[in-house]
Amino acid sequence: MFELIALLVFMIIGAIIAVEIRSLLSAVVAIGAVGFALCLVFFLLRAPDVAITQLVVEVLVLVILIRATGVKRDLTEFRGGPKEIFAVVSVLLFILIFGLFTVWSLHFIPKFGEPLMLVSKEYISKGLMETGAANIVSSVLFDYRGFDTLGEATVLFTAIIGAIAVLRKKGRKKLAETDAEEKYAKD
Amino acid sequence: MLRTNPYDPANPNAGMTLIVKTIVRFVGGMIVIFGIYLILHGHLSPGGGFAGGVIVASALVLHMLSYGKAVALKELSHSRASFFESIGALLFLILALIGFAGGYFFFNVLPKGEPFEIFSAGIIPLCNIAVGTKVTGALFAAFIVLVLLRLKVKKFKE
Repeated sequence: MFELIALLVFMIIGAIIAVEIRSLLSAVVAIGAVGFALCLVFFLLRAPDVAITQLVVEVLVLVILIRATGVKRDLTEFRGGPKEIFAVVSVLLFILIFGLFTVWSLHFIPKFGEPLMLVSKEYISKGLMETGAANIVSSVLFDYRGFDTLGEATVLFTAIIGAIAVLRKKGRKKLAETDAEEKYAKD
Repeated sequence: MLRTNPYDPANPNAGMTLIVKTIVRFVGGMIVIFGIYLILHGHLSPGGGFAGGVIVASALVLHMLSYGKAVALKELSHSRASFFESIGALLFLILALIGFAGGYFFFNVLPKGEPFEIFSAGIIPLCNIAVGTKVTGALFAAFIVLVLLRLKVKKFKE
């Protein structure tokens, strides 16, 4: 339990550094430190599946972020003006509402680590027999909770399609128009 | 990826130094094999389609970082990565729809087989393969999109 709390404190410090630091690259490195600490937390909680996923996603996302953050400008500067004040106030309001609901809902969940396995008891006792998969995480992901996995896959798919659509250089319609214009110019 | 001389003939000095290129030539194939192992053994040991797919995609990203974009895009171009992503998603959806043959969505229609064997657990290994294909294509496409296709940010006049 002690090492868990130490890792969580380390993660909180890393997150605060990532928000407060001026250089963008250092912020990305701090985010990476938080991710690796989270991976260790998953190992301590004996969830190797989630730990592997966290580790590989962390490495890949870190590389992508370091390559993609070519911005040298300092983004943490507060310029003032009505737009930014509105943004800050609305974010603080949202955090307040979210925090209130979180505190309210904390009364209803069981204590941390308390063995209250209502659904997972069924999975553990019947999973191997019903699905034939030795890895119980796989049997939950693709059999009992297959619909959730499908939704997750759809989210990833939509995100990539959206990124491609926003970041492509020229739309098809625009491309056709410029081609037509070039033809006119030649004729 | 497993070719012996993956240099870009037009620009052989693209990417990183010779040390990195040599090591990537040895390690790249092993990373891909490890990712495929994680995908195929997802129903037996920790791992699975998502983690394995991310590892294969990170091998491709490593290739691109060390050899430059011309070589890596010849291995798996942007449109082909999108194609793999779509094929994986469709395959996963079709596997879910096949469940209606047995009664309901995501029903495990195939025989379960002996536990701890590689051919067991019905459709779960097939789902792992579908998700692995999808995630490989999706994350490599995301890398290409975020690194190569830059949004041209207009300079603010202050």
